[in-house]
Amino acid sequence: MKRIRGIAIVCLGGLLAACGTSGSSDSGTNTASAPGITATTITIGSTQPLTGRAAPGYSEISAASSAYFQNLNAHGGIFGRTITYTYYDDGYNPTNTASLTRKLILEDKVFALFSALGTPTHLAVVDYINSQKVPDLFVSSGCNCWNDVANHPYTFGWQPDYTIEGKVLGQYINQNLSGKKVGYFFQNDEFGLDGVKGLDAQLGASSVPDASRQNYVPTNTNVGPQIAALQASGAKVVVAFSIPAFTALALLAAAKIGYHPTWVVSNVGSDVTTLTGLLKAFSQGKAGGQLLGGMVTDTYLPLPGDSSNPWISLFKGIHDKHIASLPWDGNVLYGMAQAYTLAQVIKAAGRNPTRASFVKALETTKLSGGPGLAPFGFSSSNHLGFLGVQVVLIAADGSETTTGPVYTSSDSGPISQYSGSASTPPANGIP
Amino acid sequence: MVAVHSGFGRLVSPTLGRHLLLALGAAVALLLLSTQIGAYDDYNLTAVAIFAVAAAGLNLLTGLNGQLSLGHGALMAIGAYTASLLLKDHHQLPVIIVLLISVLSSGVIGIVFGYAAARLRGPYLAGATLTLAVALPQVATRYKSVFGGESGLSVPPSVPPDWLGADFPPERWLAWIALAAAVVTMVLLANLLRGAPGRAFKAVRDNEAAAALAGIDVARTQVLAFVISAACAGLAGALLAYWAGITAPAGFTLALSLQLVTAIVIGGLGSLAGAVWGALVLVFVPLLTSGMASTLNLPSSIANNLPLAIYGGILVIAMLVAPHGIQGALRRLLAIGRARWGHTPGGGQKGVVDWDDPAPDT
Repeated sequence: MKRIRGIAIVCLGGLLAACGTSGSSDSGTNTASAPGITATTITIGSTQPLTGRAAPGYSEISAASSAYFQNLNAHGGIFGRTITYTYYDDGYNPTNTASLTRKLILEDKVFALFSALGTPTHLAVVDYINSQKVPDLFVSSGCNCWNDVANHPYTFGWQPDYTIEGKVLGQYINQNLSGKKVGYFFQNDEFGLDGVKGLDAQLGASSVPDASRQNYVPTNTNVGPQIAALQASGAKVVVAFSIPAFTALALLAAAKIGYHPTWVVSNVGSDVTTLTGLLKAFSQGKAGGQLLGGMVTDTYLPLPGDSSNPWISLFKGIHDKHIASLPWDGNVLYGMAQAYTLAQVIKAAGRNPTRASFVKALETTKLSGGPGLAPFGFSSSNHLGFLGVQVVLIAADGSETTTGPVYTSSDSGPISQYSGSASTPPANGIP
Repeated sequence: MVAVHSGFGRLVSPTLGRHLLLALGAAVALLLLSTQIGAYDDYNLTAVAIFAVAAAGLNLLTGLNGQLSLGHGALMAIGAYTASLLLKDHHQLPVIIVLLISVLSSGVIGIVFGYAAARLRGPYLAGATLTLAVALPQVATRYKSVFGGESGLSVPPSVPPDWLGADFPPERWLAWIALAAAVVTMVLLANLLRGAPGRAFKAVRDNEAAAALAGIDVARTQVLAFVISAACAGLAGALLAYWAGITAPAGFTLALSLQLVTAIVIGGLGSLAGAVWGALVLVFVPLLTSGMASTLNLPSSIANNLPLAIYGGILVIAMLVAPHGIQGALRRLLAIGRARWGHTPGGGQKGVVDWDDPAPDT
C-alpha cells in the first residue's frame, strides 16, 4: 500500500515536472531525485570510531547527531522527508573505513556521507567517495586536506582547520604568555602537523627548538619519554595537538614527574568532561579534573556549560530527551551542531536535490543563523568549514570561560577579528 | 582420508590432475558467481579470497607444521607496504608484477624469521611472532617519509582493462584478481601438502625426534613452512592494499594477526578448506552485526559494543558446537553418514571418526 502510494506520488511528480509550470524546486511534490532520496526519506551514512583508541569522547558524536535527527523527524523532517542516519564502527582503522564506506555507498546507497570521523581514516576513502560523486559533508577532522576543490569536489570540512586553530592559539601565546619557553606535543600525522604549521606561523619556527617538539603516534600509549624531554627542554608552555586519550596521558605523565607547564590544548583534545573521565580511568581514580585547571583551549561553538545560551538549552533539551545516558559535553554539542548544519544544507538544496545540486547549494548558499561563533568559508573555491575560533580558559573547578574576540583566518592569510552577532535558534530547532 | 583414483592415471599424476580439475571447476564457478552479484558483493568476495590466502598460509604453518604464529598480520603488512611502495613511484605497474614482488619480499623476511622461529618452541615462538606483530607497524610511523606514517600510503586502484568495457565495475576486476590468486595459491599448496613436503611438515609437527630419526631435517622443514606461509601472507597483504586503497599501520595491528588465528581455528586447523571457511566467517559475520549501533535504539555505550560482543559470542558458540572447526564438523557429518550407510573409505573402522590426522583437502 505504502509502496503504491509512493509510486503514485513519484508518477504525479513526474507529470507535474513534465507540465513545466514551475521552475522552482521548492514547490511541487517530492520525487526520488537521487540515490538515497525517496519521497519521504533521505538516507545518509557515516563511519565512526565507536570502539578503540579514538572512541573515548568521539563515540558520542554520531549518537548526538542521531538524536538531533530524531527530533527533526518527530517534527516532520525537511520538505516532509525524514532523515535516516546509518553509521558504522571503523575502530579508527583505515582498512575498516575503506570497506564500510563501500558498504554505505554500494549497498546502503546513501545519498551522502556525513560527519565521517578521523584524518587517517577518511584519507583512505576520500578519493573513492569523489570518484563515485557522493557528497561528503563535514568530515569530522580539521585537516586542511579536505579543502581540495580540484581533486575532491564533493568533500567538505566543518570544524576550523587545525592550521587556523594553531595560528589563533599561537597569537594568544604571543600576547599573554610571551617570554615563556614554548614546547609542542602533537600527533604525528596531518592533524598534529597542520596545527604545528599554524603555531610556527605565529611563534616563529626558530623559537621552538627540535628538543621542544615532541610527537606521539596513537598506537603507542607510552608518552612518558616525550613529556620528560619537554621538561628537560625547559618549556613552560606546552601546546598539545592531541586526541583526548593522549591529552590525558600527557597530563598524567607530566604530573607524575612534577612538571607543571601551562597547557594549551587544541579544541579536539580538550573537552573537560571527556578528559576528567579519562584522567580518572587512566589513574585508577588517583587524579581527575584538577589537572585541567589553568588550561588554555579554544572553541567555535557556544560553551556546553553556558546554560544561558539558547542553542545550548535547545541541544541540551534534545540530549536529555533522547540520549540522557551520555554525558552532556562538547562531543555531544559537536554532533548536534554538525547535524543542524546538515539540516540547513538540506533545506537550502531545495525540495528535490540531486547529488550535484546538493553540493552546489552548499557552495553558493551563505549558511548563517546556526550555533557557530565564527562564519563558514564554503564557496566554489573553498571547502573549509568554520573560519575561526575564540580562546577559552579552563578554571580549576573545570568551568570554562571565553576570552577575547572571535578570530578568523585562513591557512596563509592574516588573523582578523570577527564581529558577527550571535543568533537564536528557530522553533523546534529545525532550520 | 579420501583417495580417489581416477582412470586417466599415469600421464598426469593423479593428485595434480585432480587438483587442477577441481581448481578449474572452482574458477569457473567463482567467475560466474562474480558476474551475477552486485559490486559490493564482489568487493566482499575479494576480501574472502584475500583472507583465504592468508589463512591458508597460516594453516600450513600452524595446523600442519605446529608452529603458532601471532605475527602474520605483520607479514601481511610487509606485502602491503611492498605493493604500496612499488605503486607509489610506478602507478602503471601490472598487478601480476606487484603481487610477485610482494610475495618475494615477504618470503625473504620469512626466511630470516623462519630461522629464528625454528629455534623456538611453543610459547616462545608465539612470543617472538607477537613481537613482530606489535613492533612492525611502529616502523612505518618511525620512518614517516618512506612509509607515510600514521596516514599511510594510498594505493591507486587497479583499472579494469579496456576490452572489458567502460562500465565494468572495478570491484569485479579486483575480485577476479584476488580469486585467481587464491585459486593458484590453493592448487600450489594442495599439491605441496600431498607430496613429500606435506608429509614432512606433519611428521615434524607430531614428533620432532621421530621425524629426525626418519631422516627429515627438522629445522629445514620448519623454515620451509615459515617461508611458504610468509609468502602467502605477503600475497594477501598486497591484495589487501589494492582492496583497501590504503596501507596504514592501523590496518595491521595485533588484532589482524589474531583474526587470522581465529579464522583457521574456526574454519578447521590443518586444512585448506578450513582456511576458506574461516575467511568467510571473518568477512561476513562482522557485516551482519555492523549496522546495529545506528539501527537499534539502545544506549550508545551498549549499542557501540554490541557488534563486537555478538561476534565474540558467535565464536564461542562455534567452538562449543564444532571444536574442530567448520571443516571438522562437515567431515564428521560426512563420516557419520558413511558409517550409517556402510561406506568406510580409507579402511577406517566402521563408525569411528579419525580426528588426529586431518588430511589437507581442497
